[in-house]
Amino acid sequence: MTLRDETADDSPRSWVRAVLYDATIRGWVFQGLVLVFLVLFAAWIIHNTAVNLHAANIPFGFDFLNMRAGFDISQKPIAYTLDSSHLQAFKVGLLNTIILSVLGIFFATIIGFVVGVSRLSSNWLLARAATVYVETLRNVPLLLQLLFWYKAVLSVLPGPRQGYMLPLSINLSNRGLTMPRPIIGEGFEIVLWTVPVAAAVAWAVARWAKRRQVATGQSFPVFRASLGIIIGVPIVVFLALGAPLTFELPELKGFNFVGGMVVHPELTAMLFGISLYTATFIAETVRAGILAVSAGQSEAAFSLGLRPSQTMRLIVVPQAMRVIIPPLTSQYLNLTKNSSLALAIGYPDLVAVFAGSTLNITGHAIEVIAITMAVYLVLSLITAALMNWFNARVALVER
Amino acid sequence: MSRIETDTVFVRRDFLEPEAPPPSLGGFPGWARRNLFSSPVNITVSLLMLFLLVWWLPPLFRWLFIDAVWTGTDREACLPKDGETVGACWAFVNAKLAQFTFGSYPADQRWRPALVMIAFVLGLAWVAIPKMPRRREGIWLMLTAFPILTFWVLYGGLGLPVVETSNWGGLLVTLVVAVTGIVASLPLGILLALGRRSKLPFIKIVSVVFIEVWRGVPLITVLFMASVMLPLFLPTGVNFDKLLRALIGVALFTGAYMAETIRGGLQAIPKGQYEGAASLGLSYWQSMRLIILPQALKIVIPGIVNSFISLFKDTSLVMIIGLYDLLGSIQRNFSDASWSTPSIAPTGLIFAAAVFWVFCFSMSRYSMYMERKLNTGRKR
Repeated sequence: MTLRDETADDSPRSWVRAVLYDATIRGWVFQGLVLVFLVLFAAWIIHNTAVNLHAANIPFGFDFLNMRAGFDISQKPIAYTLDSSHLQAFKVGLLNTIILSVLGIFFATIIGFVVGVSRLSSNWLLARAATVYVETLRNVPLLLQLLFWYKAVLSVLPGPRQGYMLPLSINLSNRGLTMPRPIIGEGFEIVLWTVPVAAAVAWAVARWAKRRQVATGQSFPVFRASLGIIIGVPIVVFLALGAPLTFELPELKGFNFVGGMVVHPELTAMLFGISLYTATFIAETVRAGILAVSAGQSEAAFSLGLRPSQTMRLIVVPQAMRVIIPPLTSQYLNLTKNSSLALAIGYPDLVAVFAGSTLNITGHAIEVIAITMAVYLVLSLITAALMNWFNARVALVER
Repeated sequence: MSRIETDTVFVRRDFLEPEAPPPSLGGFPGWARRNLFSSPVNITVSLLMLFLLVWWLPPLFRWLFIDAVWTGTDREACLPKDGETVGACWAFVNAKLAQFTFGSYPADQRWRPALVMIAFVLGLAWVAIPKMPRRREGIWLMLTAFPILTFWVLYGGLGLPVVETSNWGGLLVTLVVAVTGIVASLPLGILLALGRRSKLPFIKIVSVVFIEVWRGVPLITVLFMASVMLPLFLPTGVNFDKLLRALIGVALFTGAYMAETIRGGLQAIPKGQYEGAASLGLSYWQSMRLIILPQALKIVIPGIVNSFISLFKDTSLVMIIGLYDLLGSIQRNFSDASWSTPSIAPTGLIFAAAVFWVFCFSMSRYSMYMERKLNTGRKR
C-alpha cells in the first residue's frame, strides 16, 4: 500500500501535476490553442484583405455576376453573346469543362482498358508496344503534351481543302474535326424513349434468367440477349418510324466548311492529350487489377469447364473490378481537374472563361477563385460519392 | 518369367549431349511462333502491329535524325529550301540551350546555378545510393544546409551580386520549384497525416478539411490563388516575390497529397507497434518519432517518389502564372522572330519532353528499385 500512499497526495502541487499530465485535458487544451490560432490567423487575413480591397476600391460581393461580360467565347454550348452576364459566361465555361471531362473520361477509359489488357497479352509485339506507350506518355507533363498536340500537330495540319478525309465524311484539318451533323426528325424522341424501356426489359430478362438458373441449372445467354434487346429494339422502332434522323454533310465552300458539326482544334487537342495521358494511368490500374486476381481463380474456373471467355467475364473481371474501381475513381477526378489546363491552349473551359477573362475584367479575385475552386470541389465530391456507391456494390463481402 | 542372359552388358560411360530442339521450337522461328503467331487472333494482331511500326517508325526516324538540321545560327538553317524536306531543328535547341537551362540569369553569373545543380546531383547520389557511407548525415545536410546555401548562391547577397528571381528560368526554376515543393511538403504531409489519424476531434476535422480541399481542386487554381489572392491576404506594403508565392501554393498542394501517401504508411504499421511503444512508457511524440514514423516512412518511400514524379511534371504549370520554367522558356522562344520556322515548335516540345522523361523515368525506376529492396524485410 506504500505505492498508493505516495501517489495519493492531496497537496495543491500534485493536483496541478495531475491536470498537466492528464491526456484528455492536455488534448483539449492543445485543440483549444489550435482553434484560437486558426481564428486569429483567419481574422488577420480577413482584416488584411478588407484593407487591401478598400485601398484598391473593389467592393466585395457577387453583384459582378450580373454585369455585362463583354468578351466572346469560341465554343458556346448554350446561348451566349457579348451582352450576356458573367453568370452566363460562368455557365458556358462550366458546361465546356463538363463536356471535355465526360468525353475525356469516355475515351481514356476505353484506351486505358485496351492498353492495360494489351500489356498482359501473350503477343510480344502488342505487349511491348503498350509498355512503350505507357512509359513514354506517363513520364511527360500533360501540359507539354497538350501544347504538342495543339502547336506541333493540329496547327501544322493542312487547311480544310488539303485536310485528311477520314471515313464517314469526317475531315481533319487545321480547323479541327469536321463531321456530319445529325438533324433530328419527327418522332425521334420516341426512339430515344425506347432505350430505357429496352434496358428495363433486358434487366427483367436477366433477373428471370438468374432465377431459372438457380432453380433449374439451365443457363441463358443473358449478355447476348440483353445486347440484342437494348440495341435491336430502338433500331426496329427507328426503322418503323421511317428513320427520322438525317445527317447534314459538311461541304467545302471557299476556304472553309459549311454545315456539319465542327470539333474545334482546341477541343480536339485537349481530348487527344487528356485521354492519351490519363489512359496510361488507367492502363496501369487495370493491369494491376487483373494481376491481383490469383491464377488459382482461373484454374478453378477452367477445371469447372468454363471457357476462357466465360472465365474472363464471370470470374476474373468481376474480381479485378474491386481492385480497379477505387484508383479508377481517382483517375477520373484527376482528369476532371486536369481539364483546367485547357487555359494553356485556349479551350474556353471554366478556368479559362471565369478565372481568366471574368477575373481580369472585374478584378473580383477572391470571389472568382473561391467559386472556381468550389465548383471543382463539388465535382470531385460528386464523382467520389458516385464511385464509392458503385464500389460498395461490387466490394467483396466476407462472411 | 524367363530370364534373358547375355554376355554383353551395356553401360553408358558418358552423358548424351542434349540435342537441339526441333527447328520449329528453337531460335527465333520458335520464339516468334510462340509469341507472335500462336493463334489466328495473334497472327492478325502481330501483322497489324508490324504494319503500324513500318508505317510510323521510318518517317519519325527520318524527321528526328536524317532530315534534321543540326547546325546553324538562325532560322535560315531550318527553312525548307526548294523542295527539300526539313525535319527537326536541333540548331534551335543548340543555340538556346543555355537559356533553356538558366533562363535570363546573367551570363557571367551562370556558374552559380551550374554549381548548385552539380552539388544537387552529387548530394542526391550520396543520399539515394544505398551503398554510400554516412547517408543519414547526408540526408540531414541535404535537408538543412543545402537549401540555405543554395538560396544564397542563387539569389546572392553577402558578397555575391543579387540576381532577382524574375531572372531565374528554365530547368533551374523547374528544379527549384520541384525540390522546394518536396522538401516543404514532407513535414507538412507528416503533420497532416498524424492529424488525420489523431484521436482529438478538432485536429482531425481541420486536417481532413485541409487535405480534401487541396486535393479536390486543380493545381492551376491553387497557383492562381497564390498569384492573385495571396497579395490581398498580406498587410499592405508587404510584397511577396512571384516565385515564392508559387512555391507556397505548390507546397500546400503537394503537402495534402503527401499526407495521404504517409497516412497509407501509418495505416500499414501493425497495432502492436503502437502498443509496444505505449508499454515502454513513450509519449505520443516519442513513439511517433522513434517507432512509428521511421517504419511508416520507409514503407512509403516509393509513394513519396511517385508524389515527387507528379510534382516534377506539375512544375510545368507555373508557366501559366508567368514564371518561365523549362517548358515556359522553350514555349516563349517559339515567338522569337529570328528562329520562327514551322519545325521549331515540335522540336522544342520534343526536347522538353525528352528532358522531363529522363528525370521522371529514372525516378520511377528508382522507386521500383527501392520497392524491391525494402520488400526484403517482409518477404516470407
